[in-house]
Amino acid sequence: MKKYLKLLTFWRVFASIILLAAAYVTYVRFVNGLGAATHLSDQFPWGLWIGFDVLCGVGLAAGGFTLVAMVHIFNLKRFEPILRPTILTAFLGYILVIVALMFDLGRPLQIWHAVIMWNPHSVMFEVAWCVMLYTTVLSLELSPLILEKFKLTGLQKALKRVTVPLIIVGVLLSTLHQSSLGSLYLIVPEKLYGLWYSPYLPLFFYVSAICVGCAMIIFESFLSARSFKKGLELPLLADIARFGVVMLAVYLTMKIMDLSSRSAFPLLFVPRMETYLYWLEIAVGVIGPLVLLSIARIREHPRGLFAGAVMIIIGFILNRMNISITGMEAWAGVSYFPSWMEITITMAIVTVGFGVFSLAAKYLPLFGHEHPVETTDIHDLSENLHLISEQSSQEPTNEIFIGR
Amino acid sequence: MLKKKALLIDTTLCIGCNSCQDACKKEFGLPEGQEKKLSATAYTALEEFDGIYVRRMCQHCNDPTCASVCPVGAFTKTPEGPVLYDEAKCIGCRYCIQACPFQVPRYEWTSNYPRVQKCRFCYDRIKQGLQTACAEACPTGATKFGDRDDLIREAYERIKAEPGKYVDRVYGIEQVGGTSILYLSSVPFEQLGFKTQLESTALPMLTWNALSKIPSVVTVGGVFLYGIWWITNRRKEVQKHEKKLHDLEHESNGEKEHRQ
Repeated sequence: MKKYLKLLTFWRVFASIILLAAAYVTYVRFVNGLGAATHLSDQFPWGLWIGFDVLCGVGLAAGGFTLVAMVHIFNLKRFEPILRPTILTAFLGYILVIVALMFDLGRPLQIWHAVIMWNPHSVMFEVAWCVMLYTTVLSLELSPLILEKFKLTGLQKALKRVTVPLIIVGVLLSTLHQSSLGSLYLIVPEKLYGLWYSPYLPLFFYVSAICVGCAMIIFESFLSARSFKKGLELPLLADIARFGVVMLAVYLTMKIMDLSSRSAFPLLFVPRMETYLYWLEIAVGVIGPLVLLSIARIREHPRGLFAGAVMIIIGFILNRMNISITGMEAWAGVSYFPSWMEITITMAIVTVGFGVFSLAAKYLPLFGHEHPVETTDIHDLSENLHLISEQSSQEPTNEIFIGR
Repeated sequence: MLKKKALLIDTTLCIGCNSCQDACKKEFGLPEGQEKKLSATAYTALEEFDGIYVRRMCQHCNDPTCASVCPVGAFTKTPEGPVLYDEAKCIGCRYCIQACPFQVPRYEWTSNYPRVQKCRFCYDRIKQGLQTACAEACPTGATKFGDRDDLIREAYERIKAEPGKYVDRVYGIEQVGGTSILYLSSVPFEQLGFKTQLESTALPMLTWNALSKIPSVVTVGGVFLYGIWWITNRRKEVQKHEKKLHDLEHESNGEKEHRQ
């Protein structure tokens, strides 16, 4: 307990420093313009805020629609206990993406223009609408949390009646949004390095989002289990990992087919930065976890499961950063590294995300909704849980926070 | 019938006097002073390659990428040829800068209410039947204003008349679907910093291929997901029903055993 308190204080101090610095950066960015706060240029107009905060933020929120589809459409009700924290993460992810956009857009107060000034030929237009609509759907999916807290049963009933169409719309919007972030880069066939540019970018973005969605469900469950001293649904998570393995396999196969159809295999062996980064991304984010998590002993062991999930997440972030930043540098003819101000805002956004999640977990019935687990070997399970909570409290998993 | 306007830029005639940039800056009230690169205050600039000067500026594509990518439709292709930017609509996403195959649009990075800046093809002037300010100012005829069709014909005539002087190619006729700025050169275009790898298909098709599938994804996907839901929930009902039957059977079996 003492250790726990100490940790909490450290993170509070850390968060305060980040937020104070972010307040200063916010002032610089909005008074002196993007040029004063960022390392962006005419040659490199999209940087960390688009590459990480938006592309990765939306991707890492993919756990939401993946799990919602599993529970409500594929009727895998045994996953229900982890549904709420996952939807909350997705919702927070989208809100924070919007915050990041407010920093990144040159004229943020005109963001609403996309509502009335239409250009259906623009992928960015599709992205804008997906953000708006899916954030609305997520807030509706999440609203039972609030309604339950304040016992608004009438509204709860009304919402329940539209659950199925709402969920289907949510899954469709996610599908469109995840893939459209890939479509954004279809327009730059010369700029984006050949290992990444593909006519199948939208499909790659979609499938990799499902992979990372699975990884995020596992990752969040571990962090929640650790921070809130609640049990871990290990068999459930191992099943999610199994689904993740299948999607990774699909992804890898598609990647190979794509390279072959574009006759781009030679690019894999050209000695240059892009090649190494590509291999790193595939090894860490796809092949590594694919092998690890397909072994039952590793998948069903908490540490192995967590490591696999983290690898998928790191690989995913590498992929999005490669596409948005490193894969574009060669053509742009300039090198880009984010300014400390850009990094500060990104860290502040992640900090706020974690902070709000902790608060919500404390004050809202986030885990209170759990149904009794319909398994016969419930005794084995609780034994497992005991072991896990002991183990995980010893692991310094919080280092991940900075890494993100 | 409106004819599309164009500029023919003959790099062999350019002497690098910078009159085009000076005239442009004067026309649009931009801060004076020679600039060697495009910027938010230079809509055109002369780049030098071993004594050959190349005018950089917006190419005013026939099917402009910027107009296709802009989420709020801030760019429009006018029937006369110019591609115009409406700053009142712009939200500042900078997708135009990211997507332009010629790396033309420039941003006012130091402003807190920034605009995208690029050549406007002197739209107000050409609507009045005048030529662009740069073409008017050019002392050697290196920049010539006219109807696009006529200028293409003239470009080929110049090549035919002096085949030794020019490379046999007019840059801008088919690149990304054709542009309003046509170039002639005495050396291969890639030596002058031109993007020669650009293909002849207009880039907007690349994203449209994906965007046009949205209606099918939504309708087919919606029906599919609803169908899955229907099947899986039906299965649940069947299971419930079977369980009930099973329990009943057990009960009656138990009763039998009990009697025996």
